Amino acid sequence: MPVVMDAARMARTIARIAHEIVERNRGLEDLALVGVRTRGVPIARRISKAVEEIAGTAVPVGSLDITLYRDDLMRHTVGPQPVVRRTDIPFSIDDRRILLVDDVLYTGRTVRAALDALIDFGRPRGIQLVVLVDRGHRELPIKPDYVGKNLPTAPHESVQVRLVETDGIDEVALEGGDA
Amino acid sequence: MTTQAAAALHGKHLLGIADLTAGEILLILDTADAMKEVAARPIKKVPALRGKTIVNLFYEPSTRTRTSFEVAEKRLSADTLNIAVSTSSVVKGETLVDTALNLEAMAPDMIVMRHASSGACHLLARVCKSRIINAGDGMHEHPTQALLDAYTIRERKGRLAGLKVAIVGDLLHSRVLRSNLLLLGKLGADVWVCAPPTLVPADIDRFGVTATHRIDEAVAGADVVMMLRIQLERMQGNFFPSLREYFAVFGLTPERAALAKSDVIIMHPGPMNRGVEIASEVADGPYSVILDQVANGVAVRMAVLYLLSGGAEGEES
Repeated sequence: MPVVMDAARMARTIARIAHEIVERNRGLEDLALVGVRTRGVPIARRISKAVEEIAGTAVPVGSLDITLYRDDLMRHTVGPQPVVRRTDIPFSIDDRRILLVDDVLYTGRTVRAALDALIDFGRPRGIQLVVLVDRGHRELPIKPDYVGKNLPTAPHESVQVRLVETDGIDEVALEGGDA
Repeated sequence: MTTQAAAALHGKHLLGIADLTAGEILLILDTADAMKEVAARPIKKVPALRGKTIVNLFYEPSTRTRTSFEVAEKRLSADTLNIAVSTSSVVKGETLVDTALNLEAMAPDMIVMRHASSGACHLLARVCKSRIINAGDGMHEHPTQALLDAYTIRERKGRLAGLKVAIVGDLLHSRVLRSNLLLLGKLGADVWVCAPPTLVPADIDRFGVTATHRIDEAVAGADVVMMLRIQLERMQGNFFPSLREYFAVFGLTPERAALAKSDVIIMHPGPMNRGVEIASEVADGPYSVILDQVANGVAVRMAVLYLLSGGAEGEES
C-alpha cells in the first residue's frame, strides 16, 4: 500500500493549485468553488483558504452531491440505493466562473453528473475542473484544468485520498496492486 | 464512479411503520433532508427516477397526499399515472386484485395506493411484482404521514427522543395515529393521547402511551401538540353529543395551547375542521407548522420513492 502523497506534499500541491488559479483567472470576484461530496468539499475549502492568503480575496465554497445524477442509478436494479447527501450552494452560480473540485478523476462519470447537476442551478460563465489526482482511464471526453498529481494506475488498483477532515490523516495511497 | 456507503430499506414495499426499524426511519429522514434542498433550486427536478413508471391508485378522496406524491414523483423525473376510482373500471365492478393485475400488465415500477379497507396494500403486495407504497389503508396505517410528521418535529426540535408529544382528537378512526404511535415509540418520544372515551381504541395500551380524557393534562408542558380530525365520514353511531360540545371539551383553543411549552409546535395532518378540533387562531397562529408539514411531505415522499427504487436485500434482478 504505497503512499504516493503525504501530508506535506499535499499541502504544497494545494498551494500550487491555488497559485495556478490566481494566475489563470484575472479578477477573482466572480469565481466560486464547488466541491463534489465527499472529499471534494474539504479540498475546495483548502483551496479557497490558500487563494485568500495569496490574493486577499475570499472565494465562496459550495458542496454538490451528485448521487441523484449518477448514470448507474437506474441500471443496477439489484443492490441498495447509494446514500443521498445534501447539496449546499449558498450563492447564485449565474454568470460566475465555477471551479469544480473533486479528489480523484477516473472514468469522468462523476464529473459528467456534476456538470449536469450544476447546470440545473443556473448558467455559469464557465466551469473549470480541479482534481487532486488524475489516475487516467477516462470513459468520457473530460479533461481537468488543474491537476495535483498525474498518477498512472492499472484498472484493478484503487486510489484512496484521505483527508484530515474526513479520515483523520492527509495522504494519497495506491491500493490493491501486487498484493 | 466512486463507491459510496450504501444503506437500504430491507423491504421491497412501504406498507406500514410497523415494518421499519428505527435505523430505517432515520435513513428516510436523512434522505428527505437532502431531497428538501431540491425544492429550493431554480430547476426543481433531478433525474434519479428517469424511466420509472409510478401508478397512483386512489380509492378514497385525497388532495394533499395524492398531489404530494405526484409532485415528489415529478421532481424525481418518474412518469406518473393517476387513477381515481370514480373514473376507473372499479365503478363497473372490477375487484382490487383484478385492477392491480391489469395495471401491472403495463409494467409500472411502483404503485402508490390509498384504500378504504385496512390491509388492502398488503393484499396488493402479495399479488403484484411492483413495489407498493401505502398512502393510507382504512383505519390501519398511513406511513408517509407519520414520516413527514417526524421529519417536521426533528426539523424544529432537532430530535424526537424524550419530547412530550400530545395527540388529541379522533383516535379511534385514525390511521395517522397508528402510524405515528408506532414511529414515535420507535424513536423514543413520550407520547400522550387524549380523546373522549368513545373515540379511544380498545388496544391503546399496547402502544405504551399515556391516555387521558382531559386535554389540559395532555397538552400541559408538551413540546408538540398534534390534532387529529374528527372523521365524521367513518363514524357509524354517535360518539359525542355535538360538534359544538366536542370543541368545548376537546378543541385546541389559544388558552389550552398556552399550557404547552412556550416553544410548542402545533401540528395537524389535514384536512382541518376549524372550530371542531382546532380553533382558527391556533391553526393560523405562530406555533402552527401545519403548512411546513405539507411542504415536508414532498421531501419525505421523494426519499421513500428513491430508497424503494433500488434493489431490496437478497432480491434477484
